[in-house]
Amino acid sequence: MADDNQEVSTPAPRPYSSRPDRPDRPERGPGGPREGGGGRKFFRRKKVCKFCVEKIDDINYKDVRMLQQFVAEKGKIVPRRLTGVCTPHQRRLTSAIKRARNIALLPFAAR
Amino acid sequence: MRTYEVMFIVRPELLEEDVDKLIATMQGHATTAGATVLSTEKMGKRRLAYDVNKCSDGQYVLFVVSGDGKAIHELERRMRVAEQVLKFITVRTDEEQQRLDKVRKIRAAHTKRPPAEAAAPAAPAATENPVASA
Repeated sequence: MADDNQEVSTPAPRPYSSRPDRPDRPERGPGGPREGGGGRKFFRRKKVCKFCVEKIDDINYKDVRMLQQFVAEKGKIVPRRLTGVCTPHQRRLTSAIKRARNIALLPFAAR
Repeated sequence: MRTYEVMFIVRPELLEEDVDKLIATMQGHATTAGATVLSTEKMGKRRLAYDVNKCSDGQYVLFVVSGDGKAIHELERRMRVAEQVLKFITVRTDEEQQRLDKVRKIRAAHTKRPPAEAAAPAAPAATENPVASA
């Protein structure tokens, strides 16, 4: 009958991007499932780079208090996927931390 | 001429005047080698993050030096020989300063232009209103 044909033909369109962190075809790909290590499927939330937001240009090795925010308890440098720092700033941060370690402002390996 | 920052750690048990004497000696070495010491800063006694030569504290001193590579090499050699200097690090800063100056200039140009454009249309609009009401 005519009504059945109409019901079958076109389903109602889905609301577009109600879940922005789950695109239909992931071009960038959710970085979560590959390296999340476990059942985590999607990005938690969009972390922003602290240096870009606050417009800090100068990442100095002498500024121990700022560098310590990016160093774990054992003295290891925290990866940027956890801190949300962008790549150029992470590179500068890493060289600043390594210089600070050399001049005994930060430890190489702590307890 | 390049600009360098030289930071070194002095033994903690040295007295104030001995540290000053050592700083003066180092400045003399730099000048003899052909560099100019732009500024000196004593950063005080700090606890070291790890033991260096069996010392757990140290006095930090910072020099800002302008010179060429050979002069800095000579200064480093003297520091290596001096037994009161525990550790030193030399960082070249002129290129980094250039980059920072460029970034700051661009940022200043960005922030200066929009307020100027916003002020111009706002001023004639403000003057028109009292004229219209009168």
